[in-house]
Amino acid sequence: MRRTFWQQWSGILFAVPWLIQFVLFIVVPFAASFWLSLTDYRFRDFPNMIWFENYVDLASDEVFLKSIFNTLYYTVFHVPGVMVIAFFIAILLNQKVNGMPLFRTLFYLPSITAGVATIMLWLVILQPNGILNQALGLFGLPGPRWLTSTQWAMPSLILMSFWTVGTTMILYLAGLQGIPQHLYEAASIDGAGHIRKLWHVTVPMMTPTIFLTLVLGIIGSWQVFTQALILTGGGPANATLFVLLYLYRKAFLIFQMGYASAIAWVLFVIILIFTFIQFGIARRWVYYEYDESS
Amino acid sequence: MALLSNQAPSSSNVGQPVQSAVTIRGWRARILRPVWRLLIYALLIAGSAIYGFPFGWMVRSSFMTIDQFYEDPPPFFPLPPNWSSYTEVWETGPIVWWIANSTIVTVLGVVVLTFVSAVVAFGFARTEYPIRDALFLLVISTMMLPQHVTIIPKVIIFRDLGWLDTLLPLTVPMIGGSAFFIFILRQFFRTIPKELDDAAAIDGASPLRIMFTIIFPLSKPAIATVAVFSFIGNWNEFFEPFIYLNTPERMTFAVGLRFFQAGMWEQPQLHLQMAVALIAVAPIIVIFFFAQKHFIQGITLTGLKG
Repeated sequence: MRRTFWQQWSGILFAVPWLIQFVLFIVVPFAASFWLSLTDYRFRDFPNMIWFENYVDLASDEVFLKSIFNTLYYTVFHVPGVMVIAFFIAILLNQKVNGMPLFRTLFYLPSITAGVATIMLWLVILQPNGILNQALGLFGLPGPRWLTSTQWAMPSLILMSFWTVGTTMILYLAGLQGIPQHLYEAASIDGAGHIRKLWHVTVPMMTPTIFLTLVLGIIGSWQVFTQALILTGGGPANATLFVLLYLYRKAFLIFQMGYASAIAWVLFVIILIFTFIQFGIARRWVYYEYDESS
Repeated sequence: MALLSNQAPSSSNVGQPVQSAVTIRGWRARILRPVWRLLIYALLIAGSAIYGFPFGWMVRSSFMTIDQFYEDPPPFFPLPPNWSSYTEVWETGPIVWWIANSTIVTVLGVVVLTFVSAVVAFGFARTEYPIRDALFLLVISTMMLPQHVTIIPKVIIFRDLGWLDTLLPLTVPMIGGSAFFIFILRQFFRTIPKELDDAAAIDGASPLRIMFTIIFPLSKPAIATVAVFSFIGNWNEFFEPFIYLNTPERMTFAVGLRFFQAGMWEQPQLHLQMAVALIAVAPIIVIFFFAQKHFIQGITLTGLKG
């Protein structure tokens, strides 16, 4: 009996390291975070329960609402933009021509080096007298004061995000290479040209990957932090204050940790809702091959 | 499939004489295909130029003097190049410390995080117990959990443990592996034929032995891909170390860069910033150029298709 119990359960030992980490660094902080959001904790004194007061305050906190608006503004342009650009590049990188490994590396490089170092670089590129404005000047276009103008700061960040499309592009490339060649042959026999093949074979077969990148893209854009911190610090006049940056200010600059925890939870619920909605409407447009065969 | 065969034949070929179809095909092969290839090359080269340009600009900017940034217009390329940024940078900030700290975190990330993830992934791919699949679902679902939800309590916990301003909050959680890596490796391990395990098991090999002598050696490309991911991820990681580390000498490189940009100077020293930034991305570029062939194949191969 003991032996069979061992045989039945011994495999779980492999998961023990992950389980320990899960409890200590995910479950406990996750629960604590919700509890903190119901208190007035300020990092020093003992927290007092104030129940949902933080959430009520958030609803009328104009800076918070502004940060939600900013994040939505960014999402609406960043997510579709990255998807279209990455799709186009992936198709280009899926052609059979010489030197492809080099091209793939070049397009992927900005994404794997993405971080403080490459973000700082954009401070130089986007200077009022910087290279981008000089290039615009060649076409007779007046260059804006990108990062220091309330109107252009957010477009600057969106534009910059189109430089780091590598992860999405690699997922599309993997998806494109997974499309069975016989579908294209069948389409050729049926007389379809490049455009029709793209629209009637490639796109439907890619919808699961497109869906994945859409979900990940939206989750990611609700967590924008580093770019805004380095380039604008949330300014000018809170024009690029993202939700996570506001959370950081509240939690770690003025130590209103109870209030910041409430922000964290609202953000978490927003992400959850967005993800659920997408899974809900996915069946209307995502094409799963095995649906038909089974 | 169904979509295609229903629609396609009716529209394009109908009404065209067979002969003209043949000539069109010949014309296509001779003229259109080279033009098409040329177009693809043109787009690839233009695109690479756009995506590679900022790196070139980083190099160029590190050769400037600070005054040249404020000339109107600044020089396209400073002549003669000012090499002194690269010597100055080592004297001004605790960069050596940043490199050392990031190296510690990154090496542990490559070795420990990859190894533990592989072991956990092996359990999910190759052993059986009642709640295995539910547990795996739990692992995947933690990937969706944004890290900001847990950051505030983690800071409090690490403060009470006396771990703030040390590398421990970054390295100790590695003992549990990473959900993303566990997922990738588990997917790959499942593609290895089960018969190999069974044969070894009949010969009396324990699961641990099967893991070390069969599964891991056969999974070198996938494990290498994960190791590169881990290198890049840990070297670039900013949010959590930025919250935990305060003393300049204890910062990782990414946090140090931020300190260099915002905490060290009265006036921004753009040329020095670009020089440090270049030093910071150099290891990643080097690693990636060595690993890129395996890396991009590895991603395709590990079934990251969603």
